Amino acid sequence: MNLIGEKISYKPDEQFHLNDVSFNFKKGNLYTILGRTLSGKTTLLKTIAGLLNPDQGSISFEEKDFIKIPVWERNVAMVYQQFINYPHLNVYENITFPLEQRKLSPEQIKKDVDEALKTVGLVGFENRKIQELSGGQQQRVALARSLAKKAKILLLDEPLVNLDYKLREQLREEFKRIFSEGLSQDTILIYSTTDPQEVMELNGEVIVLDEGKVLQKGPAKEIFENPSNLKVAEISNDPPMNVLKGSKNSKNLNFENIFLEIPNHFKNLEDKDYNFGIRASEIKLDENGEEFEIELAEISGSETLLHLKRGNSKIIALIEEVMNFKIHEKVKINFNANKFYAFGEDEKLVSSPYGGTNG
Amino acid sequence: MSKLYTFLKYFFITFWTVFVVAPFLWAVSTSFKDFQSVNSKVTYIPWLDFEPTLEGWRVLIKSPAKGGVDIVEPYFNSIFVTCTASLISIVLGTLAAYALSRFTFKAGFVRNNDITFFFISQRIMPPIVLSIPFFIFLSTIGLLDSLLGLVVVYIVLLMPIAVWIMVDFFNRVPKELDETALIDGCNPYQAFYKVVLPNSIPGLIVAGMFCIIFGWIDFFFAFILTFTEVQLLPVKVVALNSSITPWWSLSASALVSVAPLIIVAFIVERYLSKGNLSGALK
Repeated sequence: MNLIGEKISYKPDEQFHLNDVSFNFKKGNLYTILGRTLSGKTTLLKTIAGLLNPDQGSISFEEKDFIKIPVWERNVAMVYQQFINYPHLNVYENITFPLEQRKLSPEQIKKDVDEALKTVGLVGFENRKIQELSGGQQQRVALARSLAKKAKILLLDEPLVNLDYKLREQLREEFKRIFSEGLSQDTILIYSTTDPQEVMELNGEVIVLDEGKVLQKGPAKEIFENPSNLKVAEISNDPPMNVLKGSKNSKNLNFENIFLEIPNHFKNLEDKDYNFGIRASEIKLDENGEEFEIELAEISGSETLLHLKRGNSKIIALIEEVMNFKIHEKVKINFNANKFYAFGEDEKLVSSPYGGTNG
Repeated sequence: MSKLYTFLKYFFITFWTVFVVAPFLWAVSTSFKDFQSVNSKVTYIPWLDFEPTLEGWRVLIKSPAKGGVDIVEPYFNSIFVTCTASLISIVLGTLAAYALSRFTFKAGFVRNNDITFFFISQRIMPPIVLSIPFFIFLSTIGLLDSLLGLVVVYIVLLMPIAVWIMVDFFNRVPKELDETALIDGCNPYQAFYKVVLPNSIPGLIVAGMFCIIFGWIDFFFAFILTFTEVQLLPVKVVALNSSITPWWSLSASALVSVAPLIIVAFIVERYLSKGNLSGALK
């Protein structure tokens, strides 16, 4: 009864948009697809919706060959990152459109639409024109239309990306509520995003996609704690995880003439060269620390992002207060060695502070 | 500064209005004059300068047997040919434009843009190049000097305009709108007429207006492809001009032939400012 995709490839031109993607989505679950722009997220969702036909591979749903079913009979719902609504219809008609298309009874339609309007908080806006709504409200209408359909597969393609910061935060909170209350156990929810924080907050099963390939699958926590390789570590952290080329010997860890004590979880590692990974938030300012040069300091909200340089290594540190720095100023920082990841020279995870290894 | 700007603005608006409206006023005034008032001296104001007469207008509806020119039949011929050809052009042109905008065609080296250019190239060609082929074509299929023949020729002339305008219009309608319609349970035909078409009304109106204007004012093909059976308005109006130019009936016929375009412009104007796509894609 699941939505199963097997070895799906889509290559309309020189490049793979999807490359050997397989998945097994179970009903009643939330799946997030994490990947940078152009990683194939939208292509994957469109393939599931039926707007694109893969060159290779199969998709089946409820034991039926999904690829043979045209889009308009698949009973999926999709919300785009652009706010797509029908401009010639008002809010109410926008939401009833798919229901009327399915020829439901007027009573049923009214019930479903009222429910959906309530869920997204647009009661009282029924007769407004789409053009009169703000971006966030337009996206709510699109979401309401998808919810009212009670589709078995609900696809959300970066639904928050075109909203401003505050609205995004607010709608993200509401999404969590809607997903936990408003969905039936029959629904498969697939949510694509570039934002690791969204993935962690939604806390579903994650698929990390890059250049059309699946890099890692697993629960959000697992992706965060044990990224299977450097790419995943970069994609699943914002700012991306810092990478420091260095080595381990019997006494200490060494990179850019910095020597750190070997943390417990590295005790059993072979002595050789590694790519060490450390999150931006695990780097602290410290009088007794190592000296780095500031290349750029950005203040975002209540945090300061420091772009630092030493030798050939460039790293980003996330300081949780607003501070003013001069460019080219020297600062001293301290690495929390207990939070170090070790990736091999093949970029695969060797050791993580959370105990995971790659095989 | 802003006062000067306001002054210049209204000055030019006034100037332009006078420039555009004056010939019409002159034509209106002339249509009520007789031979005497046109040819003796310059006259402006009815009843003071000259005695107005309806003779110029009466001639237009009198049958030729009674010394009239009877433009009523050519008038309805023109309306029929223009409207039929415009309607067919818009329907076919819109469908063609939608296909060109949404689907990818490949035939040898021919791509969508080449097909679009082929349509437009029909307008780039000087009409005179087409006159002989059209003449031979119509005479072969026996449609020379007939309304149907003119409709066929006008479709060839008008459809490129419709395709051109509508391709451009559809390209600006986000593709995601059609896709959403498909996902919401429309088959491709329903997506077209339930979602895309209602959002294309401004484009359809512009295309329709251009078709009507170009069809209505065409003199060249109406002149070449008709003789005695069928006549269109522009040909008939020009034919008024014989050895003695009857300025009064010429003015009157010019006014009645411009009237439909003015009416169309007034109706269309309010639709043009309405409806846009701003809600579809932010």
